[in-house]
Amino acid sequence: MKYLLRSKSAMTGLILIGILILVAIVADVISPHDPYAMDIWNSYRAPEGIGGTYILGTDDMGRDVLSRILVGSRVSLLIAVTATGVSLLFGVLLGAIAGYVGGVVDTVIMRSMDLILAFPSILLAIAIVATMGPGVINAMLAVAIVRIPAMTRVTRSMVLGLKEEEFVMAGTALGLTNRRILFRHILINSFAPILVVASLNMGTAITTEATLSFLGLGAQPPVISWGRMLALGREAIRTAPHLTLYPGLAIVFTVLGFNLLGDGLRDIGDPQLRGQK
Amino acid sequence: MFRYIVRRLIQMIPLLIGVSILVFLLGHLAPGDPVRMLLGEEATAEDVARLHAVYGFDQPLPVQYFRWFSRAIRGDLGVSIRQTIPVKTLIFERLGATIELAVVSVIIAILLGIPLGLFASTRRGTLWDYLTMIVSLIGVSMPGFWLGLVLLSYVALNVSWLPMFGRDASIMGGLWTLVTQFRADELINSFRYLLLPAVALGTSMMAIIARLTRSSMLEVLSKDFIRTAQAKGLKKSVVVIKHALRNALMPVITMVGIQFGAMLGGAVVTETVFAWPGVGRLVINAITQRDFPLVQGGVLMMALIFTLVNLLVDVCYAFVNPRIRYE
Repeated sequence: MKYLLRSKSAMTGLILIGILILVAIVADVISPHDPYAMDIWNSYRAPEGIGGTYILGTDDMGRDVLSRILVGSRVSLLIAVTATGVSLLFGVLLGAIAGYVGGVVDTVIMRSMDLILAFPSILLAIAIVATMGPGVINAMLAVAIVRIPAMTRVTRSMVLGLKEEEFVMAGTALGLTNRRILFRHILINSFAPILVVASLNMGTAITTEATLSFLGLGAQPPVISWGRMLALGREAIRTAPHLTLYPGLAIVFTVLGFNLLGDGLRDIGDPQLRGQK
Repeated sequence: MFRYIVRRLIQMIPLLIGVSILVFLLGHLAPGDPVRMLLGEEATAEDVARLHAVYGFDQPLPVQYFRWFSRAIRGDLGVSIRQTIPVKTLIFERLGATIELAVVSVIIAILLGIPLGLFASTRRGTLWDYLTMIVSLIGVSMPGFWLGLVLLSYVALNVSWLPMFGRDASIMGGLWTLVTQFRADELINSFRYLLLPAVALGTSMMAIIARLTRSSMLEVLSKDFIRTAQAKGLKKSVVVIKHALRNALMPVITMVGIQFGAMLGGAVVTETVFAWPGVGRLVINAITQRDFPLVQGGVLMMALIFTLVNLLVDVCYAFVNPRIRYE
């Protein structure tokens, strides 16, 4: 905690993520307009800046861009958090079993992970959603599946290292069950690097979700998501560039937040880097 | 070295079989009947059944897989349902465009990323260092396709010299005209079309390279042999370029190899943004049209190239680092 407070990048990341979570929670209250309300006479209005009626302008249906970005943060966060959670759960479980049990089980699990890694991740996510059909849930699953191998590999390598430690041997000598040793002793000690990967995965998950929605494979209307806003903006790229600029900036700041946090956590976990500025 | 390559190639066989099963299932588990979509709702049941038989869709899945796989390893990826052209022809027509885009993006990323990282590392702790690192952190966090959209709306629209969409002659074709006919117009034209998509695709890799070059340089610059070089009275530029950079580039080169595969994935979306006629755009269009054979062929080809590139990176790495070969 002491190191976390001292790490500039981790703190900046945490602040950015904190703002984002706050925005997602109070989006309805702080939105200047109803994000779904159409005002066809005011379509494609350019950004009017602070003090104007439409601060970040309007889209093809005259809907307020700022309000849609604020509400859109919910879908992005929801997909990223759930997908990262699912990949964390399966990745840690598979990695722990592979590392602890070893042998054939290890080979089967790790070769399955190699199979997922044999595809460029975004292409695999696209192919999975194309198979299961577009939608928020399927996008979430696709994002989760492509992120599992990274988590599995980190957990496995941690477990392999810790398995040989004396405290594990002591646990075995005390007659503890394998499950207890694995979950209560080994995994607890693998927490830090797993957290780093999870934080970096959140950023990637947000980008992947935006990409899927941009291609029409993620959130479907009327659900508002940043990726879908970019897809709509693309249609009007000549007349209303603000429709692509601002939702994209929201994505960049969110991903930046998670990357900063991940970088900061990694530096904290690395004693060599801890002392450096 | 030869034994290492052979071993790696043999290890690839089960992986590629697994990839082929996954690709086949992805194509076949999708909801919606491609034949029904092709013929329309008015088609009779007989017509649908007949076309099912033509494409072999009436057979059990394992039979369909073995039939598809045995053809695929002979290079026959079937026929596109929508375009009634062999999938292989469609893919090979566009493969050059995808590889060209990915390679030029990597070159841009290297040419800008390494000097940026070098610049930051030699000015550690200064405003320039922070600025460079902030810019590269934003670069890493930016979805390439969004940067593409921004470049289209704020650059291509205002610079008449840069076209918005599509592709002209290939770079290789342009080079050929330059060498044989001493005309540079074709090459310049190719670059005009290629520049924005390549920048959009290469920026995140450039940022990764810049960050890695900086951290790798900082590590090398603290080594004893650098102090010795400085103590000998060598010029700073010689120490930095000749002594430090050479040693710092090893992890960067590895990263370039690893990231090249990711570029292929990124190219799928970048191609869609810029209407670049590559395999990625072909696959995305095939997905929206439910053209299964084309989706399968495209994804399989991308996975194959991805795996081969990764193998090539490993082999190069094993070539310079003998310890890997004997593991």
